[in-house]
Amino acid sequence: MGAVELGISAGMKPEGPLLSVRGLTRFYGARIGCADVSFDLWPGEVMGIVGESGSGKSTLLSCLAGHLVPDAGEVILATGAGPRDVLAMSEAERRRLSRGDWAFVHQNPRDGLRMGVSAGGNVGERLMAVGARHYGDIRARATDWLERVEIAAERIDDRPSAFSGGMQQRLQIARSLVTGPRLVFMDEPTGGLDVSVQARLLDLLRGLVREMGLSAIIVTHDLAVVRLLADRLMVMKSGRVVEQGLTDQVLDDPQHGYTQLLVSSVLQV
Amino acid sequence: MTGPGYNFAYLDEGTKRMIRRAILKGIAVPGYQVPFSAREMPMPYGWGTGGVQVTAACLLPEDRLKVIDQGADDTTNAVSIRRFFERTAHVATTTSTTAATVIQTRHRIPEHPLREGQILVFQVPIPEPLRFLEPRETETRRMHSLEEYGLMHVKLYEDIARHGTIATSYAYPVRVEGRYVMDPSPIPKFDNPRLSDCAAIQLFGAGREQRIYALPPHTQVVSLDFEDHPFDPGKAPHDCDLCGAVDSYLDEVITDDRGGRMFVCSDTDHCTCRRAAGHSGRLAAPLPAGRA
Amino acid sequence: MIRISDLSKTFTLHNQGRARIPVMAGASLQVAAGECVGLVGASGAGKSTLMRLIWGNYLADGGRIEVGDLDIVRAAPREIIALRRATLGYVSQFLRVVPRVPVLDVVAEPLRVLGRPAEEARAVAAGLLERLNLPSRLWSLSPTTFSGGEQQRVNIARGFAHPYPALLLDEPTASLDAANRAVVLEMIAEAKARGAAILGIFHDEGARAQVCDRLVDVTAFAPRGVA
Repeated sequence: MGAVELGISAGMKPEGPLLSVRGLTRFYGARIGCADVSFDLWPGEVMGIVGESGSGKSTLLSCLAGHLVPDAGEVILATGAGPRDVLAMSEAERRRLSRGDWAFVHQNPRDGLRMGVSAGGNVGERLMAVGARHYGDIRARATDWLERVEIAAERIDDRPSAFSGGMQQRLQIARSLVTGPRLVFMDEPTGGLDVSVQARLLDLLRGLVREMGLSAIIVTHDLAVVRLLADRLMVMKSGRVVEQGLTDQVLDDPQHGYTQLLVSSVLQV
Repeated sequence: MTGPGYNFAYLDEGTKRMIRRAILKGIAVPGYQVPFSAREMPMPYGWGTGGVQVTAACLLPEDRLKVIDQGADDTTNAVSIRRFFERTAHVATTTSTTAATVIQTRHRIPEHPLREGQILVFQVPIPEPLRFLEPRETETRRMHSLEEYGLMHVKLYEDIARHGTIATSYAYPVRVEGRYVMDPSPIPKFDNPRLSDCAAIQLFGAGREQRIYALPPHTQVVSLDFEDHPFDPGKAPHDCDLCGAVDSYLDEVITDDRGGRMFVCSDTDHCTCRRAAGHSGRLAAPLPAGRA
Repeated sequence: MIRISDLSKTFTLHNQGRARIPVMAGASLQVAAGECVGLVGASGAGKSTLMRLIWGNYLADGGRIEVGDLDIVRAAPREIIALRRATLGYVSQFLRVVPRVPVLDVVAEPLRVLGRPAEEARAVAAGLLERLNLPSRLWSLSPTTFSGGEQQRVNIARGFAHPYPALLLDEPTASLDAANRAVVLEMIAEAKARGAAILGIFHDEGARAQVCDRLVDVTAFAPRGVA
């Protein structure tokens, strides 16, 4: 169970937003990656970002997570020591943050896992990265997390290459959440999975977000996924935010022409 | 000039100066891998090209050189490197650990404690301890600079998960002065405690990888471990069959095809000195004339 | 508890020649604690639209919708989410759930988001499902394959799992048999008795007569020149 307690600041509920983004802009040469994006993310909130390929949603996520350097803007994170501009942090600080306080779930689990390391080692790595040095404890925590993501404990010494796609994705989630982060970035977390596996993963994510009080930013092009996971929704087109609001309100009463087109284009089963 | 066509110790003075600068930087930042522009040497990679260049840059005409390969002075690699410097530097050579001023070694640290003023040069095949799990050099360099060493423990974790204990028995990773994680070259972990607080200068040269790193005298070197799986240098449960030593690193020698075997000190100088001093083991034969 | 004043709503269809469809103007009504108000009016007159505006599912153009202290028209998404969690319940005609999640957990979820322990939440859910005569052999199944009446009862159980101070009920008895209809009406009466403010749409006139304290005809809220 320790994971939740370890959360460096899981118990800390800042009064204001967890993340305040202002005027975030990134160009690729003369082309806009994302432009002038601003929003607040509050503790415990799950925000979805939707838009078609090339709309800038992945660029935005990469800028937020520190994988890409934006050309302008601020990303202010509430920390125990007060608000900090993530973009102005040293690389060492930012990487420390990405080992403990926040996590990134990749669309392709191969990008977020070490395929040559056992499942237990994959989950344990983040613990060891923040200083855990007791093998027995690390293994117990890894076992607990494998069970939480519905992977049988006896698979702990198997490598992810022996796992199905859905299991790999669940392993990546366990690895991301074991340090009890406050903020999780997810890039199409259910993207490459069968529909039946998707549903189970969605339910798992919902439960974990609720239990751990996580804040999350989820990029996807799947409107059904955001409806089930996200409290709030941001719609992007050509690098700009065209609409944002409560998820079901944006989907059921879209105000912008592009969102209306997006919503009406979904195939009905 | 000491021979036709060769500068003293084979390398030209400019190259030696460049290597000495790298050595000095390595000594100033213990455990840090300093890049240097390794030269082609007249021997194949993997035969100690890095160590030879470091030795060449350190040698003075008055030095006394010892070369060992897995503890032995008389194996091909040791003999040919010793001859190389006899020819190109005309320095005196020895097999005695205590008499040597510079010792080039492959895969061992001599049993006899080193003293101040001596230089121990290690041949290093792969200087990067993190490469096992992170193949990108750009990434491992960043990990060193940011002290992100969780990955090193993942390797040890995998060992315990698979074998029940840390099965890494050579090239066992160490942390230098609480800062850099370092690969001590493929010495047995039995030798790891000798790295720490050593009175001699320890230099590490990787020729193919073009890296030099160093431990100045009396550097604190700690072998990585877990609280519940502490580092254990290990010791074969035997004594030396020739000199009777109870505390030395042993080689197993198969003596026939019926399961016969003997254990002997891997450090040949150590064993010879002990036998010369009258110690004797289970299968000790009389010393050949002219040794020790 | 629920106060609506001068509420207006227009849909703009950007992709269909920017057509503007005004659907509501000058709507005003109030529901006090312990009161049940029924919305009436012809089909398409805007009953469901009004419910969705109060739920925050539709964005109002003007006016005020106050539930407790919160003006839905101007509230931030997270304020509406907090309101939906603790204050405002909604029994819609449609069940939207994560596929493969068992009924028991679907009904327990409103309590889980309020931080109640899983076992306690499931116990409450089980009690409600039992009362609504949903056979216990169905509890471990996902409701996505259930019949209309069964899904309706799951929705009702969800809406009554937590004692919300305000409740929106959209046709809660539509596809129920007499016995279950009676149970639902009894649950509505109990909610009123504990002080819930209830706004409902009931096509079932008998039900309407039994639980509603008064009726509001939404035809009066139609924009001029449209109705």
